[in-house]
Amino acid sequence: MIAGETQGTQAEGGDCLLVTSISAVPAVRDWPQPGDPLDPAAAISVRGLVKRYGDFVAVDGLDLDIRRGEIFALLGPNGAGKTTTVEICEGYRKPDAGEVRVLGEDPSDGGRRWKAQLGIVLQSGAGDSQLTCRELLQAQASYYPDPRDADEVLALVGLTEKAKSRAKTLSGGQRRRLDVALGIVGRPTLLFLDEPTTGFDPEARRQFWSLIRSLRELGTTMLLTTHYLDEAEALADRVGVIARGRLIEVAVPSVLGDRETAPAVVSWTEDGVRRRAETSTPTAFVRDLAGRFDGEVPDLAVARPTLEDVYLRMIGDPS
Amino acid sequence: MTTTARPEVALPSLVSVYRTRARVELKEFFRQRESVVFTLLFPVILLGVFGAVLNYDIGGGVTFTQYFMVGIIAAGILGASLQNMAISIATERSDGTLKSLVGTPMPKSAYFVGKIAQVLTVTLLILVILLAVGVFAYGVDLPSGSDWFTFAWVATLGSAACTLLGISVSSLAKNGRSASAMVTPIALVLQFISGVFFQFSQVPTWMQTIAAFFPLKWMAQGLRSVFLPDFLAAQEPAGGWELGRVALVLGLWCLAGLALCVATFRWQDRAAG
Repeated sequence: MIAGETQGTQAEGGDCLLVTSISAVPAVRDWPQPGDPLDPAAAISVRGLVKRYGDFVAVDGLDLDIRRGEIFALLGPNGAGKTTTVEICEGYRKPDAGEVRVLGEDPSDGGRRWKAQLGIVLQSGAGDSQLTCRELLQAQASYYPDPRDADEVLALVGLTEKAKSRAKTLSGGQRRRLDVALGIVGRPTLLFLDEPTTGFDPEARRQFWSLIRSLRELGTTMLLTTHYLDEAEALADRVGVIARGRLIEVAVPSVLGDRETAPAVVSWTEDGVRRRAETSTPTAFVRDLAGRFDGEVPDLAVARPTLEDVYLRMIGDPS
Repeated sequence: MTTTARPEVALPSLVSVYRTRARVELKEFFRQRESVVFTLLFPVILLGVFGAVLNYDIGGGVTFTQYFMVGIIAAGILGASLQNMAISIATERSDGTLKSLVGTPMPKSAYFVGKIAQVLTVTLLILVILLAVGVFAYGVDLPSGSDWFTFAWVATLGSAACTLLGISVSSLAKNGRSASAMVTPIALVLQFISGVFFQFSQVPTWMQTIAAFFPLKWMAQGLRSVFLPDFLAAQEPAGGWELGRVALVLGLWCLAGLALCVATFRWQDRAAG
């Protein structure tokens, strides 16, 4: 009971925070400005990051802080610079300009001890193998100072019955869960997940989401890239929208793009015609409507802009 | 919620990671039917076919089959090292295995230690199989006395040179299939001009000259000194076994291969995503 009460309080606190940030100080940005110093306490701190491939600018002056313990989703269309940003943080690519600190170190010279704190799930996966799932996990675990038990991790990703199957024989979704298992077997403080659920069916994605939530409870910080809006909304504490190599907004999913205060759309059928109206006071509007109809309003629907509406507007018009 | 720093736990020792990688590489090799058949059985099949067809006397009671067995041992070492490394590393680079390994705290040296363990095991196995076939089916004598020593250093130096070359060559290929398409014909041509399928003395001089730039010719020559009677040394281009030069050329190839590896080895595909 006490736990339940505590959770309730936290949820209220969360709501309060949201309301305050929108109505009182809408101009305050939730992410660092160019020229701000690196945040030494952050899990990931990035300033002025630039990466070019030939003439193409993949990342164009990106500033970002990811707090310890949070799940941060980087959301953006293909080619927006998500993977490049993540792979620079992982130490795979060197930036052309800017500063990056991941768990307090510069990724381009992170040693074994630094890598031991990371878990990396690459977009391209962990490769093919003739080894069984359990053997692969045991091998991977042996590179880390304080690994999780291979069977425990298999259970966590729901692959227990595949423990003795060779990795090559797994289906696409199972293969991806094995990639995640390989990413977490080293007991990472910080986990990178680059489009982890691409190719999952809806059921597998739900299972994956609950896996991520249980990892959050263990205190793992996560940087997740995805182009699924519902995934970002379901998992992330904060979402950063990236387009053309720049972060165009960082926010709690429910307030992304001022979704909270955006007008609602009320629609109904009147005289056989579909009618719709945009209003910032939908409750009052519906009350009036109900009065007019004297009973049920035919086909009444009240819609807030979906995350998708907001998102498409944002990436279509980057300021 | 434990976001505070964990107490420092020691990283696993190099030896324990080396042991893991050796186990992984052996399983990867022996569980892949194509690699086992291609690398281990193909030389034996060739030996059986050629031995049946070309069992003539090349002089002094030595049959071509005996000559050919020596060549096949050299070709077997080439397959277990150069071809095996070029194809398997190109495959692992293109499918992301290498990239994900380098993202773990595994010491990079462990990857190469694992590969070397694989090459050593496969090479030893090939040698045992081919020697057994040679001794029981074709009346080849096992080396005696100091010949064992020559056998050991020729096989080791040759295998080391070809392993390093294979690792370098893997960087030229886009994936395992293209590595195979590239390295298999090269190996085959080298085998034809280096005295594996024909007696080296019957290969045209200009081809002998080309062959002399590559390690296979010298491996085969060194092995002939071990398994064939010494009067056949007169048939060699220089009229002798030239063991000093065998050691020199193979040693130089080891150095060149090492330099190439250091200069060209990549953990990820070049293509930027």
